[in-house]
Amino acid sequence: MDISIAGLAALYIFLLAGFAGWVIIGHVPAILHTPLMSGSNFVHGIVVVGGIFALLNASTLSEQMIGFLAVALGAANAAGGYVVTARMLAMFQTSHPAKPARKHKRKG
Amino acid sequence: MLALLPSMAIVVADLAAAFLFLFGLKRMSSPVTAPSGIAYAGIGMVVAVLASFLYALSVGPEAQAHLWVNIGLALLALAIGGGLAWRSGSKAALTAMPQMVALLNGAGGGAAAAIAAIVLLGGVSAPAALVVTLAGALIGSISLSGSLIAWGKLDGLLKQPLRFKGQQIVNGAAFLVTLITGGYIGFCVLSGTEPLLAMPTVIAIFFALSLLFGVLMTLPIGGADMPVVISVYNAFTGLAVGLEGYSLQNPALMIAGMVVGAAGLMLTLLMARAMNRSVSNILFTNFGVAPKHKHSKIEGELKPVGAGDAGIFMRYAKEVIIVPGYGLAAAQGQQKLYELVKLLQAAEVTVKFAIHPVAGRMPGQMDVLLAEAGVPYDLIFQLEDINPEFETADVALVIGANDVVNPAARSDKSSPIWGMPILNADMAKQVYVIKRGEGKGYAGIVNELFYKDNCNMVYGDAAAVLTQMIEAVRGLGKAAA
Repeated sequence: MDISIAGLAALYIFLLAGFAGWVIIGHVPAILHTPLMSGSNFVHGIVVVGGIFALLNASTLSEQMIGFLAVALGAANAAGGYVVTARMLAMFQTSHPAKPARKHKRKG
Repeated sequence: MLALLPSMAIVVADLAAAFLFLFGLKRMSSPVTAPSGIAYAGIGMVVAVLASFLYALSVGPEAQAHLWVNIGLALLALAIGGGLAWRSGSKAALTAMPQMVALLNGAGGGAAAAIAAIVLLGGVSAPAALVVTLAGALIGSISLSGSLIAWGKLDGLLKQPLRFKGQQIVNGAAFLVTLITGGYIGFCVLSGTEPLLAMPTVIAIFFALSLLFGVLMTLPIGGADMPVVISVYNAFTGLAVGLEGYSLQNPALMIAGMVVGAAGLMLTLLMARAMNRSVSNILFTNFGVAPKHKHSKIEGELKPVGAGDAGIFMRYAKEVIIVPGYGLAAAQGQQKLYELVKLLQAAEVTVKFAIHPVAGRMPGQMDVLLAEAGVPYDLIFQLEDINPEFETADVALVIGANDVVNPAARSDKSSPIWGMPILNADMAKQVYVIKRGEGKGYAGIVNELFYKDNCNMVYGDAAAVLTQMIEAVRGLGKAAA
């Protein structure tokens, strides 16, 4: 199956994806900015997939070396980004369900 | 038909991954759903990586002979890169998160650049693909070397920003030469002319120049601006990944990369707005070099007070707003702080945390550090929400923060931070500032707040001071009982 993404289609993909990213991030409260940054950092770890493609198609030693580097770096990006983000997000707790007894007044 | 199945599977897996990334990021917009958000995105990643091994079924004829070696290499690279990063990521202290993100981001940029190198060395002939690949190579390389410099600065390896006369001209020239080299590669490939040097050499020079430019561009930027720099490079890596996705005709890379590129841009602008500076001002001007004629204007004196007295005063206040800064984290005082807060709450004092958007070494880092100490996030308020409340608060307790509470940002047009949104801690009836000594803040500016009539200084290490406050408040409790 030969699916190719030609010029204009690629522009559309870029445009819509960019818009989606912009809108989604615009709604994230400042309190979550650090996990969000590391979360989006994790998402571009998808580059590892491109690295695997390039390495599997490598036919010379230099291609193999560079491909190996690409996969290792991409994997580091993805794995590290995931564990760091998950660790941070696990720490956010609210006082409401955990300690129902406490009165916490909130001014509107 | 059966032969089509693997490539169909890859397409489906990539689509699923792209959807899961978007869905996951969406769920990160609330602390309640955020942990599941990263989990969804993680599933997407695993699916995409597993499916990518199906590429092995359709490799080109030249690569066929090396297939098993290449599969082995890929698995090894996944294990080494992923394993090392997983280990250091699970061990790293939360105060070290900015460095960690910078490092991981650099890795992503490097991976994108490496892919670009393979594509370029293999020979691209289509004009669009060539231009896109070259652009991805440039941006990915800048992101790699720039992130490494940012990491060095955040980790304290590089102490001073490196600045010299005519730096902007040198940087501009370096960028121009890099662009010309890239253009030359494009010209040679498209017109079929032989380059002056062998093609691989020219490509290597192009990468070297791009990497060099990333270093040059980052070196002069001060440590206080590193959060913005990381955010910019995060967007760069996303963009590079998206562009290389086009080179490889992989929609998952294109979508994920571009989403991150746009998200990074958005975050960068949000942060720049919080510092009241334009992004180009942050990246291309030397900030906080030499604040001029600042010292003469300040009236009043620094009034030190004991930690115990300050603690007792807060115990009898109605409302206390705490402004934590990076100094708190540097002293590892978050746990102690929350202990004090719980004591005050038990005494029916309303306690709130006020977080400046750029507190810490990364936007939102203070929030994470407080969360780590167990502070519920409904006690944490952002600048716009809390600022009107300082006027009615009895006490503002500033811990290890400086520039973000400097009233000069509101009043003094000659101040380098003039116009930056600040927390109006000075408007509280009483201000206590916990500080190690009489030093200046990150921006190197004297803080008028410390000299105001309603402000007292509590000198000492934040953790030690907080311990004394806790003891003082506890002592009261016993006396009352």
